[in-house]
Amino acid sequence: MSEALALGRIPLDDYAELLGAGEIEELRALAKPLQGRSIQMVNSTAVGGGVAEILIRLVPLAEELELNIHWEVMNGGEDFFEVTKAFHNALHGAPYHASQKDFDIFLAYNQSNRDRLPLDAEFVVIHDPQPAALIEARRPGANHWVWRCHIDLSHPNRTVWDFLEQFVSKYDGAMFSSPEFSRQLPIPQYLFYPAIDPLSEKNCELEREFITQVLARYRIDPLRTILTQISRFDRLKDPVGVIRAYRIVKRYFDCQLVLAGGSASDDPEGSIVLKEVLREADNDPDIRVIELPAWAPLEVNALQRASTIVIQKSLREGFGLTVSEALWKKKPVVASAVGGIPIQIIHKHTGLLSHSVEGTAYQIRFLLSHPEIAAKLGEHGHEHVKENFLITQKLKRYLTLLQTLARGL
Amino acid sequence: MNTTETPFEFVTVSYLTRIGNQSAGTLAELLTGLEHCSDASIFHHTFQTLGSHHFLTEGFSNDFAQWVLSDTNRNDLAEQLAVLDVRDYVSIAALRRDLCRVVADYCTAYPHFACQSALERFYFCESVEVTAPLGRSARTLDEFRNGITRLSHSGFYFHFISSRLRLQLQTNDFSHWLADGLGLRTLADSVNHIDIYTNTLDSARAKLLRLIDRERRKA
Repeated sequence: MSEALALGRIPLDDYAELLGAGEIEELRALAKPLQGRSIQMVNSTAVGGGVAEILIRLVPLAEELELNIHWEVMNGGEDFFEVTKAFHNALHGAPYHASQKDFDIFLAYNQSNRDRLPLDAEFVVIHDPQPAALIEARRPGANHWVWRCHIDLSHPNRTVWDFLEQFVSKYDGAMFSSPEFSRQLPIPQYLFYPAIDPLSEKNCELEREFITQVLARYRIDPLRTILTQISRFDRLKDPVGVIRAYRIVKRYFDCQLVLAGGSASDDPEGSIVLKEVLREADNDPDIRVIELPAWAPLEVNALQRASTIVIQKSLREGFGLTVSEALWKKKPVVASAVGGIPIQIIHKHTGLLSHSVEGTAYQIRFLLSHPEIAAKLGEHGHEHVKENFLITQKLKRYLTLLQTLARGL
Repeated sequence: MNTTETPFEFVTVSYLTRIGNQSAGTLAELLTGLEHCSDASIFHHTFQTLGSHHFLTEGFSNDFAQWVLSDTNRNDLAEQLAVLDVRDYVSIAALRRDLCRVVADYCTAYPHFACQSALERFYFCESVEVTAPLGRSARTLDEFRNGITRLSHSGFYFHFISSRLRLQLQTNDFSHWLADGLGLRTLADSVNHIDIYTNTLDSARAKLLRLIDRERRKA
């Protein structure tokens, strides 16, 4: 028995003030041929992580356009999520010794979810590797299936990718966040950016007073420079590297460092990495390591808005939506040139890219020395996000994809 | 006020980016890619760049120039690619010919640079276009002005920039209709002279509206 997630209504017209009535009218025009047609989104977690965050907003907006859309979450036990986390890291290039047992666990959970979920919509969108094998439930020629890959597949572990590829190649198309992540596949591959919602609690405008309260709660001085990285405590986000970069900056500028993040229900590694971070912070009174609950959007919003500079020093990254979140708030961003980040940070136009701890520190120092350049990067970054990485643009891309699939283009 | 029997139909467009199977890591490979990629790919990396980075007026005149500049550090070649003005082309074939000629000449003149590895690879992508009528039309200059103010960036881009290829003329949808529909040839010419490289889409639209307002005052 499946239970599609029920989400609250989000009026599309609320976006007109931010984006212009023309953008909303355009969405309605593009949706017209798809009205009433069924779409199923399937992923592996309802809370935490970028995919769930997008679907929580995207699905109600698609309903506003009168699409018959449902979101299903696959079931999995701890053993399944341990395997898929290992797959996730391996697909990002981390060392991994695959065992047949891992593949069996993966296949067994996919089989049980195939039995549980209806998967009979005209368009089925499967998100990420965890539910990739659900494609086996497809009846030949019955409907359109596409696979949305949110992770960086540029240097995948060969064994894990070969295992997944047998399923991926059965889809009608695959979507990647960067051309670099695409693979040699016999199916069409599309560029699909993740997105943020400008009206969600994580990105909406906040009262100054609330921001001040949040800073006070975490003992952050609003009068001093604040460097912030918001991300899960995950080695691939390199929180330890951020602390090392901060220490270099600190030699030249008085500053505080905020490392704040929640955890996703499909990430069992978070608490181990958090301990490593606390060890590296070594009780520095100017480093705030904040363990946020899985869903603390207003706090994240406040911390980003209070920041002088936002950092995203990932070692690997699917896309890094926290970059878009910061850019939307017109913040100068220094981020690693990995994964989907260079799509968001066009070096010297919408932010600064770096390739090392020292490089990150250098770019932060440069921006602290040139606040006028920092402000201009923030302005351009905001425009870049408005045009490419908002939820309304994502919706538009889906409308275009579904029409493309339906027409067999 | 002039009225036409052939109304201007406002349309919008959305592009899906399809990732191609070709990529380039050197200038020589870029040339091979340019010679063999689809027309939709040439369109994507030249015309569509003007829509996707429309808020920036520096850099990005086309993706090929930007890659040559940022990833191969060949400023002189980047400049030659950047100055190819899409307004001069009414067919992708002609634009492709010139892109290939510029890169081929450079590779011949500087063979040691032709095979030098770039920092990052260039991935050839292509645009899949889906259009949708907005259900609005204009028969007078006032209605036309009103329609333009309500257009999204994509709709404006479709009528003002990508239309050049569709029309196979060195003009755009707006100028074409102003001249042929309303008989306002001077206004049509002025609109066609708005520089799409040194303006953002918003500032181009503001200039267009100012030109229309000037025409309305004359009437």
